[in-house]
Amino acid sequence: MAERQSPLGAFFVPGDHGNAAAGVGVTLRERKNLSIVQVTAWIDTIPAVLTAIGSATGLVLQNKPGLGRVAGEKSVFGFAPGRYFVVGATPDLELRLRSAISSDLGTMIDLTHGRTVIRIGGPGSEWVLSKLFAIDFSEHAFPIAYGRATLHHDIHANIQRIDDETFDIYVFRTFARSFWQTLGHAAAEVGYRVE
Amino acid sequence: MIIKCPYCGPRDVIEFIYQGDATRKRPEPASTDQAAWNAYVYDRTNTGGSHREFWLHGGGCRQHLVVTRDMSSHAISSVALARDVAASINDGGRA
Repeated sequence: MAERQSPLGAFFVPGDHGNAAAGVGVTLRERKNLSIVQVTAWIDTIPAVLTAIGSATGLVLQNKPGLGRVAGEKSVFGFAPGRYFVVGATPDLELRLRSAISSDLGTMIDLTHGRTVIRIGGPGSEWVLSKLFAIDFSEHAFPIAYGRATLHHDIHANIQRIDDETFDIYVFRTFARSFWQTLGHAAAEVGYRVE
Repeated sequence: MIIKCPYCGPRDVIEFIYQGDATRKRPEPASTDQAAWNAYVYDRTNTGGSHREFWLHGGGCRQHLVVTRDMSSHAISSVALARDVAASINDGGRA
């Protein structure tokens, strides 16, 4: 299979960048070879869709705003009532979801080619992301595995917290290079490593 | 101004788009009452106090909300998903 090109292109430069005085504050990398599917339930089928997502992925969710689950490369999170991002490293994810979720239960759209996923980790991640997004990144307000939909300079982004100091940011593929550069500028203060 | 979205929690007003007066009552589609349609489209009372409004959380969950806001102080007394408000009205109540 042809390898999908990264939209980050020549702006993805592995190595250490920015202020190195206090070590590496955050680590940035692009998560590749993922399948990303948005699933939307009808207003009265949310519990059934959550059950179907669980049977297709093994990640069982309750119907609670923003709730998510993470297991290795797989993840799922809600970002609106009855709407979920389902992410996995297997190319048949959409197929498995389609066999579990009929049009009576909801709809889905494959966003694999429309989103770029950037993972930011390290002790400075909350600080760096707070420069870009007007939401509370502290762990009590944004618990592990939860998802958020928000804006960066009027551009939509979805964010999931992976652990206490790691986040996945889902940005539009066409804005990914611009966002990557902005993220680098924001991270320069604490020093960042691109892997 | 901070609007507390029922799904996303408190968010800055930059994430929201104002969508107008939520107190208007649309005439029946078959109505030919020109005065009623004119009032629906153009007339606003501009109360200056507590007011029900539609807002779209375009920068978050993309849900339509019904917000009750004091037009003088911008204090917000209630926020609900518009679809919940509509369901409540359809059930005979009023949110």
